[in-house]
Amino acid sequence: MAVETQAIRQPLSFSVPAVAAAGGFAGIFVGTAQGSALLGIFLGAILLAGLTWLAMAVLPERQERMLRWAMILGFALVGALVGGVPGFVLGGLFGWFFGWFVYWIGLGRYRTTLPPYLTAGQVLWHYGFRVLCGAIFVFLVTPILVVLPLSFNAENFFTFTPEMLRFDPAGYSLKHYRDFFGSSEWQQALRNSLLIAPVATLISVCLGTLAAIGLSQPHVPFRQAIMAILISPMIVPLIISAAGMYFFYSRIGLQGTYAGVVLAHAALGIPFVIITVTATLVGFDRSLTRAAANMGAGPVTTFFRVQMPLILPGVISGGLFAFITSFDEVVVVIFVGSANQQTLPWQMFTGLREQISPTILAVATILVVVSIGLLTTVELLRRRSEKLRGMSPG
Amino acid sequence: MKLTKTLLASTALTVAAAGAFAEGHGMADSMTLVSWGGAYQASQQKAYVEPYLAMNEGISSTWDESSAEAVAKLRAMNEAGNITWDLVDVEAADAIRLCDEGLAMEIDHDEMLAAAPDGTEASDDFGDSIVSDCFIPQIVFSTTVGYRTDLVGDTPPTSICALFDTETYPGKRALNKRPLANVEWALLCDGVAKDDIYDVLSTDEGQDRALAKLDTIKDQVVWWSAAAETPQLLADGEVVMGSTYNGRLFAAIAEQGQPIGMLWDAQMLDFDGWVVPEGLPEDRLARVMDFLNFATDTQRLADQAAYISYGPARASSAPLVGLHAELGIEMAPHMPTDPANAKNVFVTQYEFWADYRDDIDAKFQAWLAQ
Repeated sequence: MAVETQAIRQPLSFSVPAVAAAGGFAGIFVGTAQGSALLGIFLGAILLAGLTWLAMAVLPERQERMLRWAMILGFALVGALVGGVPGFVLGGLFGWFFGWFVYWIGLGRYRTTLPPYLTAGQVLWHYGFRVLCGAIFVFLVTPILVVLPLSFNAENFFTFTPEMLRFDPAGYSLKHYRDFFGSSEWQQALRNSLLIAPVATLISVCLGTLAAIGLSQPHVPFRQAIMAILISPMIVPLIISAAGMYFFYSRIGLQGTYAGVVLAHAALGIPFVIITVTATLVGFDRSLTRAAANMGAGPVTTFFRVQMPLILPGVISGGLFAFITSFDEVVVVIFVGSANQQTLPWQMFTGLREQISPTILAVATILVVVSIGLLTTVELLRRRSEKLRGMSPG
Repeated sequence: MKLTKTLLASTALTVAAAGAFAEGHGMADSMTLVSWGGAYQASQQKAYVEPYLAMNEGISSTWDESSAEAVAKLRAMNEAGNITWDLVDVEAADAIRLCDEGLAMEIDHDEMLAAAPDGTEASDDFGDSIVSDCFIPQIVFSTTVGYRTDLVGDTPPTSICALFDTETYPGKRALNKRPLANVEWALLCDGVAKDDIYDVLSTDEGQDRALAKLDTIKDQVVWWSAAAETPQLLADGEVVMGSTYNGRLFAAIAEQGQPIGMLWDAQMLDFDGWVVPEGLPEDRLARVMDFLNFATDTQRLADQAAYISYGPARASSAPLVGLHAELGIEMAPHMPTDPANAKNVFVTQYEFWADYRDDIDAKFQAWLAQ
């Protein structure tokens, strides 16, 4: 940034209440964990106000390093007294953060990365916005992160045992993973999911792309109505589609067959493909197909050589959605499938209802890791192809 | 038009193929069994399904863990004319409902089930557990209370009324989100004599009295809807005591080594067993009957008790109950029917609950929502 903003030492009347408020906020969590949120807020605010006063009014500025280390050690020791090893680590982290925070606020360092002309309100919003985004991120991700260590639990409960909290190896085990890989039921469910989802995705992508291309032609009659019908599986409550499919498929002999489940999932996936492909077709230049026809290419050649490569991103993301829909789906498969077509979500659902077994957490962990891997691969491939085509500046 | 024709043709082909395949066997060679999942289903698999499959080569079986919604699903199957289940494990109350609605097949117990080794007819051997003409009992289970041994001090509870004694045993309690057992316990601890409980419960004042007693601990109760929740809550130390099925508590204590104790006082006995769906094709019915005859004989029901702490429904099985298959501990003292545990028991009153279930359920749910 071109303009350097000077850090200005803030008056105590600002820094003490600001840091105390943050201390009170942190106190909510510590206090709740120890039994009294109110007491936590109160003690947190008092403690941090005192430390700010100490840092800003009593000790000279060159003692900063000393005080920050003292805070890390002090918080870590208190944490260890209250909560053992995890308390020590958490306390150290708290001490490190607040040691930095006291000086960041007290000496006005928070202004140095911002342009000097911002008002106090704008500065507050700048950081408030980031804290808010961070909080949303934490709320979204924490439930997933909590599952990961719990899946290594040595006991058959969804509980952090004292051994686990002490980082005692005896508290951890791979038995739930062994359970997953060793049980024929789970393996059958995994096989079913891996069989049904790709086939359903393939059907959704083929039919959905064709439908999107057809419906984007201006001369097709009843476009709106057809579009609405094709998209309806996404809008109609799942349970209603499922019940309808159950009775219809029962009568034509498709209930309880792989074909039935695949068709049902394909119907659920088609709307996603239609929507993403229609969106990419909006930016598609129709004169290109006319030019291809002019050069003597038939409609099929035109589609594969000209149109398809250009709308491919839409097709792929639609296919990804269709795949996830099928892979995650539990309501329709319970109706349309029978015991032989139990998929992973179905198995997880019954497992969670009948016995709360951490095997589900092991499966969830595996799925999370696989999903992250898949999405990363797709994103990397996309960036690479964009770079190759020179579409992206990066 | 063309699509319909194709569909019809392919359906006809499938049916024809299935018919041709089944022809000549007399018995179908696969079964879909419906059960509850978890340790209970595993005990059925080990005690009678695996031995049966070993005796009959070429037969396969599939489990569907759908007993919890068996009534609704059987209704749907019946309406769709497409029965995909061969044998369904349900609680006695559900068996009575299914039988009344004509969704389960009536059974002649003496003719279709094996007699006891000493020649006692099946109906006498099963005795009171045959609560419906469609019901083939397997086990006796009970809804009872477990408590955290480390949270109750030096005087562990011995009476069901400890549930309502928040002074001696402070802390949360886990109770079923249905009135069954809760209202009986409430009246018993409100001073109603055990023999009078169902008389009192059949009046409006009696029902209000039970809810008023439950009201005294309402703010201390965590309500569960799946039986697995109570062992989890006890293991977490979230609750000091809670009701669940005795087999779940046994698993948490004996197999998981949790600090939990059993309070057998005023346990609510109930039965669980098979029903055969009405309208099975002949070959599948023949297979199911063959399996049932084997799976409910005296030895098989006694074998099941080696895997789970539920009592066999046959009187002749009780003396054959042995050791736990993995832990090697004597199983008889862990049965709800063991004399030491059965000093004070309720037996679920199916007729009473059939008559009053809707009323009491509605009142209970309204009270919960207050």
